[in-house]
Amino acid sequence: MDITGFMSGQRKLLIAGSIVLLLVFIATFPLYGGVYNTRVLTSMLMYVVLAVSWAMFSGPTGYMSLAPAAFFGIGIYTMALLQNELPFPVIIAVGGLLAFALALLVGLVTLRLKGIYFAIFTFGLVVFMSEMVYYVEARLGQIRGRDVIPLDAQMLLYTMLGVAVATLLAAYFIRRSRYGLALLSIGANEEAAAHMGVNTTMIKVILFAVSAIFMGAAGVVTAPALMWVDNRIAFSTFYSFLPILMAVFGGMGQLHGPVIGAAVLGYLDKTLRVQLQVYFMLAFGIILVLVILFLPNGIVGLVPMLQERLRRLTARLRKGGEAEPHANT
Amino acid sequence: MPILEGQDVTKYFGGLAAVSNVDFHVDQGEIVGLIGPNGAGKTTLFNLISAAFPLSSGEIRFKGQKLNGLKPHQICKMGVSRTFQETKIFANMPVLQNVLVGAFFGSANRVSGADAAREASQALEVVELSAMGATPVKDLTLVNQKRVEVARALATEPELLLLDELMAGLNPTEISEAMELVTRIRDRGITIFMVEHVMKAIMGICGRIMVLHYGEKICEGTPQEIVCNKQVIEIYLGEEADAAS
Repeated sequence: MDITGFMSGQRKLLIAGSIVLLLVFIATFPLYGGVYNTRVLTSMLMYVVLAVSWAMFSGPTGYMSLAPAAFFGIGIYTMALLQNELPFPVIIAVGGLLAFALALLVGLVTLRLKGIYFAIFTFGLVVFMSEMVYYVEARLGQIRGRDVIPLDAQMLLYTMLGVAVATLLAAYFIRRSRYGLALLSIGANEEAAAHMGVNTTMIKVILFAVSAIFMGAAGVVTAPALMWVDNRIAFSTFYSFLPILMAVFGGMGQLHGPVIGAAVLGYLDKTLRVQLQVYFMLAFGIILVLVILFLPNGIVGLVPMLQERLRRLTARLRKGGEAEPHANT
Repeated sequence: MPILEGQDVTKYFGGLAAVSNVDFHVDQGEIVGLIGPNGAGKTTLFNLISAAFPLSSGEIRFKGQKLNGLKPHQICKMGVSRTFQETKIFANMPVLQNVLVGAFFGSANRVSGADAAREASQALEVVELSAMGATPVKDLTLVNQKRVEVARALATEPELLLLDELMAGLNPTEISEAMELVTRIRDRGITIFMVEHVMKAIMGICGRIMVLHYGEKICEGTPQEIVCNKQVIEIYLGEEADAAS
């Protein structure tokens, strides 16, 4: 029997098993977790959506997008404006589509920019969206901010879970597809990719826009928990920086890296921040610096690194045992 | 019948004519060499053919179709593929994935996953790297990185292959192997246009050679004609005299 086939079959079973367990845990959580913790879990899933969708495009291409907050904020405002007009699932779709449309437009204009210029422009987009919303509200509408009617925490958790599952499935299939390969080749050498037949502009723009759909949808689902939003809350630059830090912290090389990063830091963000504000930010900063310095592949990179250490250690021990008789001869 | 033709091909960088009024043609099934001193405009000419940047004036046609205004990926899909003087590999990706990029995206039609895998493994066979499919390209030696570039270009199923200094930096054994490789590729029905500094290679395998000097084509002919050409001797001896002083 093929031993590697057996092993990988067992591994697949293990992965499938843990995914099912995780889904069951999240689905049953409101029964015993309480409302507050259900909100914390929803917020963690929100960060999973943002981190995974950010890593979907920026991970392989190396194009550092600071725009998540712009697409996320569009989702929040879509919910704030349409909450009484349309059913919730339709608003989620509208939020995703509006984010897609904006990303398409921005992508066409900016994806010819490279490196730092792309990062600066996408950051500018967040600031621009915030200022524009403020201008429209304050100058034209004579108001500042909007109420969002709170919705049932359990329902929001399940909806966010749905968005997260959709994001992960999209990320999984893109990684495995020819488009994932194209994104990687663009990140590795864009000029060579173009000369090998990759329509680099089209692939970049479309996948940038697809990743924005999930950010917009997550914004719609997050809005009811905020209860009141204005331009600063909806387009807070934290929604750009945190998901990036989470993806880097978890490790972008593998699909589950940003998931783990978002879950861990998202949990810390929601729980510790309330209790020890100053120390939390300090500890947060230190953890990030350490991870970036010593774990270039994130915390998921720790596993193969430790495996390798262990393998070398056992090899050395074995070699040491064999070497002794030779030394006597 | 020429597979590739250029008329009055000209490229200015600022006020400098890197390539000026060059007429050239490459016939189906040929191996054509392009030589000239450093800065003669050889790589620029390749970059114009593959549309890395646009022509200032003139016209390039592939199989009768005008290439002006097309994008690099469109030219690749038409059947013109290339390698680069300084290898532009996808360094962190394994060998097979490098070649798969060419296989998936280089053809005019949509390629199925199975077909792409078959094309990629065939291309790796041609360059004799089948055993290294899983190795990250950055871990290969220079000669093998160059072979990966050739395989990646072959996987796009080109009719015309532009090789930019395939032999540069290789040792004599590797050069002979590379010469065999180029001949083998031609025997598969692929026309070859190559920039090369290694004279032994150029003389050995090219049916026809073009010489560029300061962006202008100064002569063209069989290897024998080229080595006897007075202007060519002047350019190359002149260079050597400079180097000696």
